[in-house]
Amino acid sequence: MEVISKPVPQDVELSRPYWQAAARGELVLQRCSDCGKIRHYPRLLCDACYSRRSDFVPASGQGKVHSWTITHHVFHKAFAAEVPYALVTVDLAEGVRALGRWDGGELSIGVPVQAYFNLSQGTPELRFRVA
Amino acid sequence: MSISLRDQACVSGIGETIYMRGSSSSAFELQIESSLSAIADAGLSPKDIDGIIPIGIVSGTADDFIENFGMPDLRFSALIPHGGASPVMALQCAAAAVATGACNHVLITFGRNVTGVSNNRAGARIHGMPQFHYVTEFEYPIGAAAPAQLYAPMARRHMELYGTTSDHFAEVAIACREHALLNDNAIMKKPITLEDHRNSRMISDPFRLLDCSLESDGGAAIVVSSAERAADLRQKKVYISGVAEGHPDMPGSITQRPDMTSLGIAKAARRAFEMAQVSHADVDLVELYDCFTYVVIRQLEDLGFCKKGEGGPFIEGGRLRLGGELPCNTHGGLLSQAHVWGLNHVVELVRQLRGQAGRAQVRDARVGLVTGYGDMGDGAVAILRN
Repeated sequence: MEVISKPVPQDVELSRPYWQAAARGELVLQRCSDCGKIRHYPRLLCDACYSRRSDFVPASGQGKVHSWTITHHVFHKAFAAEVPYALVTVDLAEGVRALGRWDGGELSIGVPVQAYFNLSQGTPELRFRVA
Repeated sequence: MSISLRDQACVSGIGETIYMRGSSSSAFELQIESSLSAIADAGLSPKDIDGIIPIGIVSGTADDFIENFGMPDLRFSALIPHGGASPVMALQCAAAAVATGACNHVLITFGRNVTGVSNNRAGARIHGMPQFHYVTEFEYPIGAAAPAQLYAPMARRHMELYGTTSDHFAEVAIACREHALLNDNAIMKKPITLEDHRNSRMISDPFRLLDCSLESDGGAAIVVSSAERAADLRQKKVYISGVAEGHPDMPGSITQRPDMTSLGIAKAARRAFEMAQVSHADVDLVELYDCFTYVVIRQLEDLGFCKKGEGGPFIEGGRLRLGGELPCNTHGGLLSQAHVWGLNHVVELVRQLRGQAGRAQVRDARVGLVTGYGDMGDGAVAILRN
């Protein structure tokens, strides 16, 4: 039987440190080396000071639910065994957002959550659970 | 010094193919068919076209048209890469081109066949598009594959903050379907009720099947001419009175958008109304981009027809239906007519303002508004008048 794989992120130099940390189970965020502004998803320029210098710093993983959706339709066959599943949009404590899979529990705006990576599959999967 | 585009240009020709699912024609064939139809509708020959804006890069390019039409002197071409916002953005681009004399007649044209090419469907297509590289890298691998999943959190947040309900979404779907039933060139042929909406299967909560637009095959095209040139053409003049585009902050990913319920069209709306010198009360009908039902409600807020958060109650009581105070998507929209990236919305508004809208005609329509909305937040708005 043909096995359909989940999509994998392309190797992008700009965000390689993010994925390398994720593979160790660590959530890191890009920070401007000059003015210190945190940005996510990784990009070339700091939109505050236009510096191209950046580093990646550990994130607390703490956040609050901003919104969510619960997917019932199978848009990609690799996820067929997982529906229905919830995708949760989270305001991270660092001031940026992240989208991750939801471990379960009542969803409402502002619910405190904690991020972690599920490393049991090929690509580190960002997940959130109730904090 | 600046010049206003107000009433400098007209939509002089409109054309559409039959909309369907399962077309055996290629996207380019559909595009050519609708283009020839729009050019003939204007009373022009293909060789009169000296400007072109193909919508997207899914069908023919400017070069394809030069070759197939034997165009002697194409003087203007542009490509606008903003998905469903592109057709109305193209109105601004074309109006500027003819107002400055860069060219006289701009063809805005689109063709699409999602049947023959499986990766043309939205769910698969967006991951190959450069503007979605963040979604592709960070969201697709965890199971956020399709627009329905990416838009759903916007709708959910609106519901949580303002009390908007799924029944409000249903009203948009029902209004579009009612109008589609009056349109021989609409794909959906059966009436729907509130119960049908409530019972339709969940796609990505809060969106049910009847909240989602169609995937369909077809072509649509319009010709934009300078107001001066349009006076000599076949059809009643329909002026582009106000037109503007706007982009959301952090357009590449809804997740990262500072206010995910706010759209680029919020920035464009004031500019378009100011240019047209009309008020909301002057608008007789609207054709609003309706990739999902919720997006219609949100646009009514961002356009200023009601306050933020009040879009749900605003549409109650049949306001968007023919006979209501603000008829919307009188052709059936993307939800029930066909999905050609909203160029069908422009075609329909022109038809209405010419008095050619048949059974869906809004009586005495003088001023209408059309929006384009694409790539998860880019927006454009045009106010047309006869």
